[in-house]
Amino acid sequence: MALDSKIPQGPIADKWTNYKNHIDLVNPANKRNIDVIVVGTGLAGGSAAATLAELGYNVKAFCFQDSPRRAHSIAAQGGINAAKNYQGDGDSTYRLFYDTVKGGDYRSREANVYRLAEVSANIIDQCVAQGVPFAREYGGLLDNRSFGGVLVSRTFYAAGQTGQQLLLGAYSAMNRQIGRGKIKMYNRHEMLDVVKVGGKARGIITRNLITGEIERHSAHAVILGTGGYGNVFFLSTNAMGSNVTAAWKAHKRGAYFANPCYTQIHPTCIPVSGDHQSKLTLMSESLRNDGRIWVPKHMKDVEAIRNRTLMPKDLAEADRDYYLERRYPAFGNLVPRDVASRAAKERCDAGFGVNATGEAVFLDFASAIQRYGKETAHVKGLDENDAALVKTLGQEVIKNKYGNLFQMYEKIVDQDPYNTPMMIYPAVHYTMGGIWVDYNLMTTVPGLYCIGEANFSDHGANRLGASALMQGLADGYFVLPYTIGDYLSDDIRTGTIPTDSKEFEDAENEVRKTLNFFVTNEGKHSVDYFHKKLGKIMWNKVGMARNVKGLTEAISEIKELRAEFWKDVKVPGTNEEYNEELAKAGRVADFLELGELFAKDALDREESCGGHFREDAVELDGEQKGEAKRDDENFAYVSAWEYKGEPSDAVLHKEQLEFKDIELKQRSYK
Amino acid sequence: MNLTLKIWRQKNASDKGSMVDYKVSDISPDMSFLEMLDVLNEQLVNKDEEPVAFDHDCREGICGMCSLYINGEAHGPDRGITTCQLHMRMFKDGDTITIEPFRATAFPVIKDLIVDRTSFDRIQHAGGFISVNTSGNTIDANAIPINKHDADTAFEAATCIGCGACVASCKNSSAMLFVGAKVSQFALLPQGQVEATDRVLNMVKQMDEEGFGNCTNTGACEVECPKGISLENIARMNREYLKASLKG
Repeated sequence: MALDSKIPQGPIADKWTNYKNHIDLVNPANKRNIDVIVVGTGLAGGSAAATLAELGYNVKAFCFQDSPRRAHSIAAQGGINAAKNYQGDGDSTYRLFYDTVKGGDYRSREANVYRLAEVSANIIDQCVAQGVPFAREYGGLLDNRSFGGVLVSRTFYAAGQTGQQLLLGAYSAMNRQIGRGKIKMYNRHEMLDVVKVGGKARGIITRNLITGEIERHSAHAVILGTGGYGNVFFLSTNAMGSNVTAAWKAHKRGAYFANPCYTQIHPTCIPVSGDHQSKLTLMSESLRNDGRIWVPKHMKDVEAIRNRTLMPKDLAEADRDYYLERRYPAFGNLVPRDVASRAAKERCDAGFGVNATGEAVFLDFASAIQRYGKETAHVKGLDENDAALVKTLGQEVIKNKYGNLFQMYEKIVDQDPYNTPMMIYPAVHYTMGGIWVDYNLMTTVPGLYCIGEANFSDHGANRLGASALMQGLADGYFVLPYTIGDYLSDDIRTGTIPTDSKEFEDAENEVRKTLNFFVTNEGKHSVDYFHKKLGKIMWNKVGMARNVKGLTEAISEIKELRAEFWKDVKVPGTNEEYNEELAKAGRVADFLELGELFAKDALDREESCGGHFREDAVELDGEQKGEAKRDDENFAYVSAWEYKGEPSDAVLHKEQLEFKDIELKQRSYK
Repeated sequence: MNLTLKIWRQKNASDKGSMVDYKVSDISPDMSFLEMLDVLNEQLVNKDEEPVAFDHDCREGICGMCSLYINGEAHGPDRGITTCQLHMRMFKDGDTITIEPFRATAFPVIKDLIVDRTSFDRIQHAGGFISVNTSGNTIDANAIPINKHDADTAFEAATCIGCGACVASCKNSSAMLFVGAKVSQFALLPQGQVEATDRVLNMVKQMDEEGFGNCTNTGACEVECPKGISLENIARMNREYLKASLKG
């Protein structure tokens, strides 16, 4: 099947408006006859469910957590971008569009990104109207901060809990519709398959996680807002339950999987402390606004710090290497995430890591505390030369901005970041790849939509900070409610989709077969045993830097591990009860397939771009020596993989990316 | 560290349940409390025993999914954190640790340490929102200036993660800190004024129907709240409720 992105004709700035003016609409009375399923209740799924219900559709929403409000969007810290230009620093829709395409290393779809930038300002208006308590200035107006990879302040925030506040906003919009009976909410339900009838997505099979009951749910369209697949690495900043299962089942039913190798390794996470570790914790990128990143210049100081004979704060300025400021003077500590992550890895690989494992760099707030302290003292008319006073005042400002993050750091690491620099290291955070969708956010399966992190479209090969929240809400509040109407206008006479058809029965039987296999298999190893092994292969060979040899090995190792899993996995208990191990087994089974496709995709892409860095594709000389080398001539395409049984048999379809409004340039942050 | 764990095991909602003793060894002080339970569960799975069921998800203190009543305290002995952020360095080698679910009539046990907190959701369905359509056709965000102090206070109330520690810590199983926080967030913002009367009446009514007890001002909820939600929110809710009742 040829890929049709269905991008509307006309100038980029008019596409979305023209499109909206010409789509088919569903009359309000008919919307009552149409059912929609939304899987996932994060920013994308939650906002979509609320808006579709408000429009009049009958919505069934599903989440595996005990409440829609717990979806992992809640953990997003830093902020949300919007081209409001409240700061008057030159921001515009075009500039947000440009920064996002450039930040994504020219591997995203221009028309989608422009639409995203266009609706961004509306998101802020909407959220404020819903009562989201964004940070404000003393004049009562909204405050902004800046984020990595851009030169303007366009990020709206609510301390370090922006995702929480936005999700609670979407959840409150959902609550209103649940209260009105327009959304039927299914908590603690996991989607285990998509059901296609007559080639269209017409329902899902779910498992009630409390009772184990397998249920059939039908609808006229199915929407997946099920997040990313970073947990394929076992250790990531994702929640423990975050998984690829819904997306992977959709893939197996015909939805192409795009760019699986584009994974964001976030530069500022708390380093791994030992083998017992179950997950990694992010320290918001917003910290790079005020924190300066460094390692010692000299090996003797590295050793002294590791041995704790030297306190990091006592090392003289002249003996510190602020390597981001040194290498990228124009952007300094605010280079995009992929650049900052690779730079940290480079210093640690060279032996300058500052903790016991050699995998950490410093993020230091001492100079910000000084700067803010002096400023506050000046404003209050106090003595700017009183060191103790300046420090106290400065610490207060930092506490106001990042208090929750500092507290989190102190609880985990047992060090006080107000007085000693934080230690950070890159960790798997966000997946730019996902289910392929067209301009309508529809997958290659008619009637199956995919929104938010679960799809691939807006971030290209790398995501700029504060863009994920923007995309999730844009898709759910403002894009999908239009595009899905165009599709559903054909379904006004269809009537309720019956669930007693052969298609539903077959899908249910398949789900039952797998579950029965897990609870009856007399294996030797727990699910986590396999998940951890998979994670090690992924991190070592498909992680921050990749090469042909490692990727080829990873593909065969994952295949072997998968075979071992299906032979030797052990799941206690039964299906007919709450059984966390059983739920995990299904998720890991899917990760074991995705992991291989991920490596295969990385092997195919013989260039370095964004979150995908190939060691054999670097600039060999000139000012950009050692930086990632993109190959626009041969690789300016989206890799969309079609499922054919084994991941190794997946067929590659290419969506050629066209850039009519932006000139492709090497990203330079120097 | 070597530890003895006394854990509440209950097969399902209708099972009676009992405390069962377990031993874990070689626990590192850098582990989180839930990672320590992961170690126990791995041990149980390898012995073909059923692992201990407990709620958890983000493991960074924000989703509100984890619960646990540890040595008689919601979220354990540390302050200002959830169970997932509790670290084993708070305990000593040889300690015996008692682990129970959050107990309240409105939080029935699902299995072992997992309780059903959907009563919180139902309170929110009754009025925890501002009735604005999600069309994007609202006024410009900066057309509603909000005094920074009010915005910050509303934000502090809004940081409630809905974990239910307040209910578990209260001798009356009162949910007033939770509901107070939700009512306060909107009561402090101009956008929330239009529906203020109905909101507080409906939410309080639902709270009572769910079987939560009343507040007798002992303040235990505030002490155990991982997000430091202040008792002032209960006072504000009472004022709002009184105002709404008089309007009536």
